[in-house]
Amino acid sequence: MGIEKERLHFSWISSAEATKFVDVVKEVTQIVETVGPNNKLVKKISA
Amino acid sequence: MDSYTTKIRELSANLLKDEKVDFIIGFKQGTIPMAASPHIAKTSEQAEQFIWDNNCRINLANYLTSRKEKIGIIAKGCDCRNIVTHIIENKIKREQLHIIGVPCNGMIDKIKVSSLFDEEITGYSETDEVITIKTLSDEKNINKTEVLKSNCMTCTHRNPVIYDELVADLVEEQQIEDQFSDVRLIEEMTADEKWNHFDNLLKNCIRCYACRNACPLCYCPTCFVDESGPQWVGKGQDPTDIRTFHYLRAYHCAGRCTDCGACVEACPMDINVRDFTRKLNKDSLEIYGWEAGLTLEQRPPLDTFTPDDPNDFIK
Ligand code: SF4
Ligand code: SF4
Repeated sequence: MGIEKERLHFSWISSAEATKFVDVVKEVTQIVETVGPNNKLVKKISA
Repeated sequence: MDSYTTKIRELSANLLKDEKVDFIIGFKQGTIPMAASPHIAKTSEQAEQFIWDNNCRINLANYLTSRKEKIGIIAKGCDCRNIVTHIIENKIKREQLHIIGVPCNGMIDKIKVSSLFDEEITGYSETDEVITIKTLSDEKNINKTEVLKSNCMTCTHRNPVIYDELVADLVEEQQIEDQFSDVRLIEEMTADEKWNHFDNLLKNCIRCYACRNACPLCYCPTCFVDESGPQWVGKGQDPTDIRTFHYLRAYHCAGRCTDCGACVEACPMDINVRDFTRKLNKDSLEIYGWEAGLTLEQRPPLDTFTPDDPNDFIK
């Protein structure tokens, strides 16, 4: 639908898997940074 | 399709006379050319108004939701598939229904037809293969196959899936080599191209919700777009809200959509709403081997779990 696939990630992480959580978040952040800020599907609300 | 019309009237009149059903849902002649309206017959006299032609495009399964009566319904292939979906989703019981099945040869696309004329269409008639269109100053014969609806061109389930009686012999099913070439074209686009494609698709959407109202799958008592506490989607014409409506509606149809085209038929702005659901139909088929509404024996893939469900997308 036009949202970059780099922005969508799925993972199973149990509440006991703190290190996996950290690793996944780091990886996701890195990948999302490569496509930059999202401008799509953002609603502009005028003040 | 005069023979279909005669048979539908005859079967319906008998059903009503024998009091086997409380009423029958079918089509009658619409008020403008190339239109058929839904019609409910409670008496055999009212059944005389039933017709069948190339304009019976909308999906009559839409009128079955949560009914308690004993109902007769005139149903082509896709209507039957939505009836099956209704039964497995507990929206109606099989025992409540008497299905008069109509083997279908496809319906014509009223937008394709009217785009061939500059003037307003004032008359319509048909034989098996040819339709005749009249305008004020012109009259033309057109081969039906040239103006078929796009979903009918790729349909592989023209025959009713379940029925109690048939109005004619079953028709031969089409062998379609590439059912989803339209979806593949979109899949091959870059993210930006996709974004522009859907932007363009929706630029005329007035958010009248006719597509939702015509769809047999959209039967929630309160649709998420109508909810006000919490309000999930803005009510106005903001493009973000328009998109949100279409994306979410499409996802609610995942694994359920029969590609009947009722949504497209209902749209007053000629928007090909099926562009959203077609991708989900393709994925259902490729990932789960599933086409909606073909059997009462199997649960749809999205309401069951099996250990070998594909999950390569999860890290
Ligand atoms: S019927 Fe057409 S105009 Fe109305 S909400 Fe649906 S897509 Fe938009
Ligand atoms: S989404 Fe459109 S094509 Fe699919 S079942 Fe609903 S009305 Fe039919």
